[in-house]
Amino acid sequence: MPWRLLRFALNKKHPEPRMFTSHNKLKSSYDVVIIGAGGHGLAAAYYLATEHGIKNVCVLEKGYIGGGNTGRNTTIIRSNYLTPEGVKFYDESVRLWQDLSRDFDLNLFYANRGHFTLAHTDSALRTMRWRAEVNKHYGVASEVVGPEAVKEAAPMIDLSCAGHSPILGALYHAPGSVARHDAVAWGYGRGADRRGVEIHQQTEVLGINVQGGKVKGVNTSRGYISTNKVLCAVAGSTPRILKMVDVRTPIYIHPLQAMVSEPIKPWLDPILVSGSLHVYISQSARGELVMGASLDPYELHATRSTLDFVEGLTSHMLDMFPFLSSVKVMRQWAGMADMTPDFAPIMGKTPVEGFYLDSGWGTWGFKATPVCGKTMAHTLVNDTPHPLITGFSLDRFSNYALTGEKGAASVGH
Amino acid sequence: MKIMTCPLNGPRPVSEFFYWGEVRPMPDPDSCTDAEWADYVFNRNGAPGVKREWWCHTPSNTWFIAERDTEKDIVLKTYFYQGDA
Repeated sequence: MPWRLLRFALNKKHPEPRMFTSHNKLKSSYDVVIIGAGGHGLAAAYYLATEHGIKNVCVLEKGYIGGGNTGRNTTIIRSNYLTPEGVKFYDESVRLWQDLSRDFDLNLFYANRGHFTLAHTDSALRTMRWRAEVNKHYGVASEVVGPEAVKEAAPMIDLSCAGHSPILGALYHAPGSVARHDAVAWGYGRGADRRGVEIHQQTEVLGINVQGGKVKGVNTSRGYISTNKVLCAVAGSTPRILKMVDVRTPIYIHPLQAMVSEPIKPWLDPILVSGSLHVYISQSARGELVMGASLDPYELHATRSTLDFVEGLTSHMLDMFPFLSSVKVMRQWAGMADMTPDFAPIMGKTPVEGFYLDSGWGTWGFKATPVCGKTMAHTLVNDTPHPLITGFSLDRFSNYALTGEKGAASVGH
Repeated sequence: MKIMTCPLNGPRPVSEFFYWGEVRPMPDPDSCTDAEWADYVFNRNGAPGVKREWWCHTPSNTWFIAERDTEKDIVLKTYFYQGDA
């Protein structure tokens, strides 16, 4: 791969075509219409084209590629969940991640760092032992370690957390990684584009034509498309789309904020998460500290960030790493997280025939990008849910069969 | 800092308040079907718009209703519950 880069140095003109084809017009019909050109939607398009040979596919995007939660998350990839459904699903995703750079021929800066979830209370430690056992049972590397292991991996940490919430131990997950999130959307998008999938940016869905309980077409800001299959992969905009097809779900939207510091010398290799202090932190390849906290406390369909968030997060950060007090915050932002009551996604079929959902990804969607694409492509083609996602169906709520993944949410929401 | 007006204490920082979701009529648990009850327990009106919501001013434990535009992030009105919900 590195030799290939020489072409860029030696050529006067840029030696590669543009990453995406731009299409002037929508066709009048497609086999599949995917709403949302984020990681999940583009991954589904990619696997429809590569694994199922379905290329007459259109991806509609209101804004730009990867401009939603794909480009707003804190890029953490892990599979140390709590329920068997969750562990199996995310583990498959981690496996897919590892080969993705090669599949795309695009550097995703996938970096295996190791992931510590810190426990400050006995009850947190108890949940971690439980998680570690479930993980090990399904072959996922996960173990409970003592405070000394945390200190060794991150020597700058104050193990007492300013004296008020001492670290008693941690759940260590060796496969925990980070990747460059935009590149994931670009890689899937380019892969799909090259195989004939059309990606239409700046194209908003205005309505969905449902007749006799079946999808017939999609009305967009650039004209009408007829189709029998629609996949909705729009994260924080899911309730707006669901209103068009009159499907009721438990999804509610809360903003989730994050921020980065100015770039500093590399000092933090692992990813650290503290549920009690509502902090997660990792250092990017550029040296920026990427930091996030818990959800904003009330429903809001907007992506404005707040000073309250920065104040709260930095005060907890300084409990863990007092030496960061002079480091500046460079950017802050928010994404709209589509939350569910059991902290598991809602995927698969809906009461409307031909309308498929990939939603409820709340604060945990980025890591699942590859496996979501793969399982949703399978679900669309076969019209039955992929075996890995049967536990995430919408009807689990009417059957009172919730999944119960809250114990593994990265921070206590 | 965002400000919310408590009907009892006047304008206060929003961090003093607790949000308890949209005002929703509860079906009669004795006469409704399982499906209706599940719909009440789990499903929400998630689309953006002007909503009537329960809020509480936590230092004074004052519960009240706020009418809020969840897309524009504007509180339109706050008042005490009148027994009409």
